[in-house]
Amino acid sequence: MSIDRKIPRFPAAGAIALRFAPLVPVSLAGARLVKTLGRRHPGLFARLGEQAGKIFLIDPIDLPLVFRLAPRADGPRLEAFRRGSAGPWDARIGGPLAALLGMVHGVYDGDALFFSRDLVIEGDTGAVLALRNAIDNEEIDLAAEVAAQFGPLEFLASSPARHLAALVGGLSGVALTRAIREPAA
Amino acid sequence: MSGQGKLELVCPAGTPAAFRAAIDAGAHTVYCGFNDETNARNFPGLNFSRAEMTESIKFAHRRGGKTLIAVNTFPRAGDLALWTNAVDDAARLGADAVILADIGLLDYASRRHPSLRLHLSVQAAAANADAIAFYARSFGVKRVVLPRVLTVQEIAAINRAIAVETEVFIFGGLCVMAEGRCSLSSYATGKSPNMNGACSPASHVDYHEEDGELVSRLGGFAIHRVAAGQAAPYPTLCKGCFQAGAYRGHVFEDPVSLDAASLIPQLAEAGVTALKIEGRQRSRAYTEAVVRSFRRALDAQAAGKPIPASELRGLTEGQQTTSGAYRKTWR
Repeated sequence: MSIDRKIPRFPAAGAIALRFAPLVPVSLAGARLVKTLGRRHPGLFARLGEQAGKIFLIDPIDLPLVFRLAPRADGPRLEAFRRGSAGPWDARIGGPLAALLGMVHGVYDGDALFFSRDLVIEGDTGAVLALRNAIDNEEIDLAAEVAAQFGPLEFLASSPARHLAALVGGLSGVALTRAIREPAA
Repeated sequence: MSGQGKLELVCPAGTPAAFRAAIDAGAHTVYCGFNDETNARNFPGLNFSRAEMTESIKFAHRRGGKTLIAVNTFPRAGDLALWTNAVDDAARLGADAVILADIGLLDYASRRHPSLRLHLSVQAAAANADAIAFYARSFGVKRVVLPRVLTVQEIAAINRAIAVETEVFIFGGLCVMAEGRCSLSSYATGKSPNMNGACSPASHVDYHEEDGELVSRLGGFAIHRVAAGQAAPYPTLCKGCFQAGAYRGHVFEDPVSLDAASLIPQLAEAGVTALKIEGRQRSRAYTEAVVRSFRRALDAQAAGKPIPASELRGLTEGQQTTSGAYRKTWR
């Protein structure tokens, strides 16, 4: 866990390029990712409870895109939108992309990010807490989830995906894969 | 109970993942609760189903750790079964102890499960030797979690006068009230930390950005306006900013967190048995970092070495820490 580490921001040049990126492929990839996540982590929905019916706006503030997440057990959805065009939502979670990824991977504490104003919450606070706790408990590794997209060939993709995520993450300071705990001596 | 043995590190877990993180990071003991109103951290998405508790207790036992189950809210009149079932299930699942606050529930547990170890919750606010002796004599309580209102000298005096173990908070959020007696959240939301297990329940909290300021409302009451760049506190009334006469600011309590790592040698000398970390509502990242830091500190203490400097301020509410009442300077 990083305690006082400065949270890296997405490069400005990349953010400008993303302004012109087509959203359909991003949404298709997002849809596949949450479908896989739902299949591999059914405990997410149990922990979300009634909050699984809510719409979450995931807002990486250093990107020109936002994501609309509907974590329903019978068909979870994640769609990308241009900022300001995502439609209505129940709860918004905003912060640098690195902070959001770091929370998913167990590198950052959500409350600490809130205290330091790196994380902004709006709307249904109960839904945000439920989502944060559900994701935290699942010990999700997005590199592993991406590898799982390869179906029966997952075993071939798993190690390269994790190594690539660790390499890029190490260079950028962004947690692209789950933090591995070393047991205390 | 006075004496200076090896200090036990008692760590929080709000989810099974945080539980495993705590054990892996060096917790001797983990405390947690069922996912209902029977424990004082009843927040959305938090806590343990019976099946998760079973697995977690087994996980701890395989690693030589202990599990304490907090059933530390006060039963509602006419709805006792939720609380007695929690005690029954804790005993059935093999918990190493239950943490109770209510006298009726202590009586039930001591009669129904005489071999179940009972700890007195901080919610019971037992702050003197006579009160503690009553709980020990009447219900066979083996350990008391002391309220966060005592100095180290007072803790030492209590330990000299009692025959049970004491546990004290070493890190985490602070409450201004004598534990178990806070009605601020109830006033604003109708939900009580002592009865419903949720201080400032999330369902009643609203955050809004206005002109760069973070405005927090609880039950419709604006309780903070935090300027850009300033640390935000939890949305609790006790940490709110209010106007009282000519004064405008934190009327009840500043949003600072307890960090008494530097006092570990004095607490050991005062006869304390266990040190408790607050934060079952926090993530596994918090659990891992704080537990690892305090395990290092306890190992240093046991080896007679200096306590390493704490690096945990970035995780704390208000981004500031205090040694709290242990070193009272305001009297």
